[in-house]
Amino acid sequence: MKKQLFILLFALVPFAAVAAPFPEQPHSMTPDLQDKESLQRGMQLYVNYCMGCHALEHQRFSRAANDFGMPQELVEQNLIFSSGLGFNDQMHIAMQPQESEGWFGVVPPELTLFNRLRGPDYIYSYLLSFYRDPSQPLGVNNKVLEAPAMPNVLEPLQGVQEMVCAETDQPVAGQSPDPLSGKYQSCDVLQVTQPGSMEPAEFEEAVYDLTNFLAYVGEPSKLQAQALAPKVLIFIFIFGVIAYLLKREYWRDVH
Amino acid sequence: MANPNKAKAESGIMRWVDDRFPATQMIQDHLTKYYAPKNFNFFYIFGVLALLMLVNQILTGVWLTMSYNPSAEGAFASVEYIMRDVEWGWLIRYMHSTGASAFFVVIYLHMFRALLYGSYKAPRELVWIFGMAIYLLLMAEAFMGYLLPWGQMSYWGAQVIISLFATIPGIGPDLAQWIRGDFLISGITLNRFFALHVVALPIVILALVVLHIIALHEVGSNNPDGIDIKEKKDESGKPLDGIPFHPYYTVKDLVGIAVFLFVFAVVIFYFPEGGGYFLERPNFEPANPMVTPDHIAPVWYFTPFYAILRAITFDFLGLRAEFLGVLAMGGAIAILFVLPWLDRSPVKSMRYKGWLSRIALLLFAVSFVVLGVLGAIPATPIRTLVAQICTVIYFAFFLLMPLYTSMEKTKPVPERVTG
Repeated sequence: MKKQLFILLFALVPFAAVAAPFPEQPHSMTPDLQDKESLQRGMQLYVNYCMGCHALEHQRFSRAANDFGMPQELVEQNLIFSSGLGFNDQMHIAMQPQESEGWFGVVPPELTLFNRLRGPDYIYSYLLSFYRDPSQPLGVNNKVLEAPAMPNVLEPLQGVQEMVCAETDQPVAGQSPDPLSGKYQSCDVLQVTQPGSMEPAEFEEAVYDLTNFLAYVGEPSKLQAQALAPKVLIFIFIFGVIAYLLKREYWRDVH
Repeated sequence: MANPNKAKAESGIMRWVDDRFPATQMIQDHLTKYYAPKNFNFFYIFGVLALLMLVNQILTGVWLTMSYNPSAEGAFASVEYIMRDVEWGWLIRYMHSTGASAFFVVIYLHMFRALLYGSYKAPRELVWIFGMAIYLLLMAEAFMGYLLPWGQMSYWGAQVIISLFATIPGIGPDLAQWIRGDFLISGITLNRFFALHVVALPIVILALVVLHIIALHEVGSNNPDGIDIKEKKDESGKPLDGIPFHPYYTVKDLVGIAVFLFVFAVVIFYFPEGGGYFLERPNFEPANPMVTPDHIAPVWYFTPFYAILRAITFDFLGLRAEFLGVLAMGGAIAILFVLPWLDRSPVKSMRYKGWLSRIALLLFAVSFVVLGVLGAIPATPIRTLVAQICTVIYFAFFLLMPLYTSMEKTKPVPERVTG
């Protein structure tokens, strides 16, 4: 039996060996779908800052409310602004694609599956990597996505971030670290030059919550899968033990 | 006219049935008096696992069609509807989509078993050919099923594969258009693929599986020693090294099924995307005919053949490289059909073949895996060179087989199975 398991696992090795990770990003985060408070804060941020333009066409308010433990009244009063939307509706937006295309050049994508497409690190890094750039039409640029078509909507929270020359912990190509501080000199360091309503650490947590929420939205069934998996695996294990004992009993007479 | 010697139940309902339908006789022929060699090793589990996965695909597929919408406008959203709003829909969908990958894992190991123990050799040529036909249709089935979620990779993967037909000189472009039913892949293509995926191909596959098993039970199962157990029988006519399939192999297979299901469940629940190989990430974006993904790769079970296709980078004899690639890819699958006539060895099992056969099989297996890896990642000049070498090894394994299997020295085969 062990040998069989070994071979089955061995058969999966080729995939593990070449598993395609998401491209590396400047920041990384690991979603925690059990952290309901983080998911609640993330949803609040999403509805207030993102949902003007980005719909979640496949995510229902009610599903998120149930999964995050939020009462219906609270969601209806604080998270549903459009009179056309109800508790059981998907998170649609009112903005018309023809108009937004005229305003931004592209239709802001709906983001239900964005986390599954690009991964949490991308979203997290993207939201942290806006900086002021007067040469851009919207006044901001982004280190993760050059010339973004969206403004830095979180700037009131983050403050004004600029690209400056400063010391950094990140290795810089062709440079050896300062022998005393171990740091590098770089001219593409992002720094908050005018404070927003949040401290930098506080802002990173907010972006974590927002990314965590989008990770949930990509695959809400993950919560169900995580809850169901141990029961199924224990069942199959017990079934396997009984089947093995049965096999041993029958095969006693085979010589 | 009914055969008077048919096995029949003594009395009761079963007797009533037996007088009208050979139920007891069939149960005996295929289960309780079907004698299988007693020395099967773990490689012999993959046949029953393939059957299990076939049933899994059919059952989950039936339930998926209840909520799936086969239209270019509605397909993508209906898959998300299944994933979110249909009770247990996410599980049924993952069992089907990730199940396809599990099916191919099992099928490849089942085929490798046949290569290892010579299960394709006389008198099992038809078992092998039916099996190969199933494999070919499964590839078509998987390919058409992959279009149905209508994601970016569904669309562009189908685009790449269908345009392979367009490389055929003369009729190519018209043929590709006939397959698509449109000038480019559209809702029309989606609908016909849906019809073929859920109706036509499953019927043919099921029929072939029945033929595969009937042919197998006619000649009896091979075994790791490659010996015919029917040559040594006891006084009552039972093979000395055979045991009834039921109950011995039914209970033994239950253990293998449990182990397999455990691994399958772990993947379904915790890694349904298989690191981006079972469910490719660009497929989480709806199909967009205006935007080509950066890197189009088929699902992993097609990548060895895709690598062979890409390995042909040169024109030859006035034929274009693209068409030669298609020929090489088709040839790589077609050559498997004639395998029983390429192997000239007097013995079946690798246990008694010579070292030439062993090295050949090892090289073949390694190059197949390497091709699989190369087909999944973007091509570079050095990777193309490796793919070309592996393609040569792939074909050499078959084309040189008549030589190395007939010139090597084989070991003596024992009279009875060795356990």
